[in-house]
Amino acid sequence: MRLLTHNMLSSNIKGVTNGFPLRIEAEKVVEKTVEMNADFLKKMFEKIQWKAFIDASRAMGYTELPEEVDPTTLESDEFLSKFHHALLELHLEEGALVCPETGRRFPVNKGIPNMLLHEDEV
Amino acid sequence: MDQINPELESINSLQITTKINNEKALKKMPSRTAQIRLMSSHEEVYEPCDDSFALVDALLADCNNLLKHCPTLCMEIGCGSGYVITSLALMLGQEGLAVNYIATDINPLAIRVTRETMDAHGVDAELIITDIASGLEKRLAGSVDVIVVNPPYVPTPEDEVGVGGITASWAGGENGRSVIDRILPVADRLLSEKGWLYMVTLIANNPSEICLYMREKGYASRIVIQRSTEEESLHIIKFWRDLDIEGDNEKASADKSAPGRLMEYVLTQLPPFTFWRCSDRDNK
Repeated sequence: MRLLTHNMLSSNIKGVTNGFPLRIEAEKVVEKTVEMNADFLKKMFEKIQWKAFIDASRAMGYTELPEEVDPTTLESDEFLSKFHHALLELHLEEGALVCPETGRRFPVNKGIPNMLLHEDEV
Repeated sequence: MDQINPELESINSLQITTKINNEKALKKMPSRTAQIRLMSSHEEVYEPCDDSFALVDALLADCNNLLKHCPTLCMEIGCGSGYVITSLALMLGQEGLAVNYIATDINPLAIRVTRETMDAHGVDAELIITDIASGLEKRLAGSVDVIVVNPPYVPTPEDEVGVGGITASWAGGENGRSVIDRILPVADRLLSEKGWLYMVTLIANNPSEICLYMREKGYASRIVIQRSTEEESLHIIKFWRDLDIEGDNEKASADKSAPGRLMEYVLTQLPPFTFWRCSDRDNK
């Protein structure tokens, strides 16, 4: 699971009002190199919730991202390559996503998050 | 009279050369759809069948439009074996990650098979085990440019819906609409302003009613492919947001506007709904 996907996931348990962001418990992180596409990154930048994104990247052991960003940050090639790396090259292979409100753990195995709910959570 | 027209002969030989060149080009051209020999499988995962092929054929038929559409996020709800999302990724390409693919399935085994199928074809998607798009709806709202769905559309008793395993891939409840009717509002929520939805429907699902429901939400629709097999008659329908329809709905006007007429045209293409029950559940 990429951090792009993490940034799009919320806790889906019934009654939870503040289910975003899910806290990452990382047991195994893998890196897979992919070609960079600046246009794609710029489009994704608009959709990313930045605070959740840097917290997630830190939980994955990556601390190079700046705390504060604005659209002009995107003009820096150095920033773009860091953003690219954190967004698309880091994968949570094993671990869990934890609901910020209830503490319920959604397991991540072989890079795949399992968001299925138990009957009493739907 | 028996004389061969030299001009005609040269045209013929030209055609032959062109044909050979085309064959060469075809051999060189990488496949734009998933290949059956590279598909992974599992007894509890729905294998590609007529409905999967029809959906991929519809995407191929609309491929030039899809390429011009320049989607950023594409999603499949209920990816099963991964045949459709793999084919979509092969059609649109992934160079430099200009397109991000997301696929969901309620069956963990299906997600595993999709991963293997995609790996075998050298393409990639973010895979999530979830019910429809549960957990994604909030943050992904208004962001998805293309959604493809081959839903569980086979009419079954209501209690067979959501029992898990391979049954989840076809059991559609009353008129095969139980899961479809849950997917439609989710798709509406996830689709971006320019978003397109491609969905497989069976005649028993009453596709014209589905089109009318989507029209109320501001979508125009068109049948991309209609296919009848011995057992079922399938329509692959494409939906897209239409500002004229949205305007029409707001005005709630009864007059016959142009988009209204277009809609009527689509509806006349669909056979009238009959209370047809599908007894053979294996035919999905």
